[in-house]
Amino acid sequence: MQSQTMAAEKLSPAAPPTDAAIAIDDVTLRFVTPDGHMMTAIRDFTMTVARGEFACVVGPTGCGKSTTLNLVTGLLRPTTGNVRVMGNPVTDISRDIGFVFQADALFPWRSVIDNVAAGPLFRGTPKAQAYDKARDWIGRVGLSRFEKHYPHQLSGGMRKRVALAQTFINQPKILLMDEPFSALDMQTRTAMQDELLGLWSGLKSSVVFVTHDLEEAVALADKVYVLTAGPGTVKSVYRIDLPRPRVMADIRYDPKFIEIAKVIWNDLREEVQLGQSRGLQTGH
Amino acid sequence: MTAISPTDQAAARATSIVAAEAQAKARLRKRHALVIGLRLAILVVFLGLWELCADYNIIDPFFFSSPSGIWEQIWSWVTEGTSQGPLWLQIYVTLEETFLGFAIGAVGGIVAGIILGRNKLLADVFSIYIKIANSVPRVVLGSVFIIALGLGMASKVALAVVMVFFVVFANAFQGVREADRAMIANAQILGASPMQITTSVIIPSAMSWILASLHVSFGFALVGAVVGEFLGAKQGMGLLISTAQGAFNANGVFAAMIILAVMALVVEFLITRFENYVVKWRPAPFNEQGT
Repeated sequence: MQSQTMAAEKLSPAAPPTDAAIAIDDVTLRFVTPDGHMMTAIRDFTMTVARGEFACVVGPTGCGKSTTLNLVTGLLRPTTGNVRVMGNPVTDISRDIGFVFQADALFPWRSVIDNVAAGPLFRGTPKAQAYDKARDWIGRVGLSRFEKHYPHQLSGGMRKRVALAQTFINQPKILLMDEPFSALDMQTRTAMQDELLGLWSGLKSSVVFVTHDLEEAVALADKVYVLTAGPGTVKSVYRIDLPRPRVMADIRYDPKFIEIAKVIWNDLREEVQLGQSRGLQTGH
Repeated sequence: MTAISPTDQAAARATSIVAAEAQAKARLRKRHALVIGLRLAILVVFLGLWELCADYNIIDPFFFSSPSGIWEQIWSWVTEGTSQGPLWLQIYVTLEETFLGFAIGAVGGIVAGIILGRNKLLADVFSIYIKIANSVPRVVLGSVFIIALGLGMASKVALAVVMVFFVVFANAFQGVREADRAMIANAQILGASPMQITTSVIIPSAMSWILASLHVSFGFALVGAVVGEFLGAKQGMGLLISTAQGAFNANGVFAAMIILAVMALVVEFLITRFENYVVKWRPAPFNEQGT
């Protein structure tokens, strides 16, 4: 077992310090399914994201990756354990949070600029100011020519850019991303990863990025959480010491990157196999 | 032997593309003309056969009327007025009842659909009563309304409202229920209050459902108004039909029917215009070319 290398340092999931941006402390989440069975989504789950840190969560399908994000938003409440965001227990959806969804969550009846201005408008920013801000963010994602277009007139990659602008305009201190680029083709995904790192470096939010793509996780993250097959818990945590700024198109050929990816993949592989064999048994 | 320069080739290609495009356009125009021509031909053949059959007594014009008889009837209504007053007044009365019933029923249906769609408890409690109310043949309520509200406008409007309400309600409710979860969560996290979610996510996403129901339900409103007049009235197209029926005037029944159909078509056209205006964000369907 080579769990310790220069670039991928394996960490012990210690109890979270109190000043962390996100602190999930020993959380178990159970819920009753509509047909009356008790399901455990995640158990004994501990995770800490420091301010300005980029954390990725990888794991086999159905291991509760997205559940961790919903614990942070407050849409789900832990059965035991507690969740703190910026030092405070989670009670309601915090104004500090931004969320990029896997599915297309843009409002199809709103033009690009109306979509991007939605956040500030919901939060009570005066109209003129909200639209100025929206124009600025649309420019930053390179879509100034498409302000008046409707989502259905844009390509998948462009829609994701709008979604990023829509989220970043609120300048979230906490950024949650649920497999945001999984539906995009390879080239577009690489471009969007660069775009994301660019926007993030300007804002320095704390990020939790959920993905099933290990290479994406290693390329983006400061820290990678590997989850076990469901009910999910943290199997191991790796610190990724690749220098920033990173360029997505090049980093995947970096020998250090390949080495890290290999180490983590060895760890993840058995969980994936376990998850798949279970899936075959239960028919999911 | 001559060498062909690339620019010559490009020019030749450009002209051939222009020619191909012109050809394709001409084909489309031709097809469009063919469709219109066939439509007209079918109308002419249908009316012609009807007229001929009536003339040669293959069908009895006393019962089944004839195109010329219907036209004469409409013309005499337009020029001389009907037995119950000028024709435009009958049309006006029926349209007024229809629109009032349509507006009240649609607004009520939309509001009720959104409230019940947003509130699970209310939906569970009321769903059974709505099912019961919906299973009553609504036309029968016409008699109740005539007894309760009299022969005036109110009873027809009430019947039209009942006809419209359930259709619009069912669609609005379904539309609210089908609103995309991710979209609602997105609005919530972007900072929308429950009220803002209703106005800026739920209502726009239910809009296509609601508009679809408005097409159908305008027809129902017209049925409600006409049947109401049938059952007892002092004015209106329904009364015109029922009078003609009483006098065994088949021409009159058919003439009134055609006038009602024209009214419905005109309003349908206006609703479509309104729909296209409201949901201009939607991608154009593929079959919208060259109708």
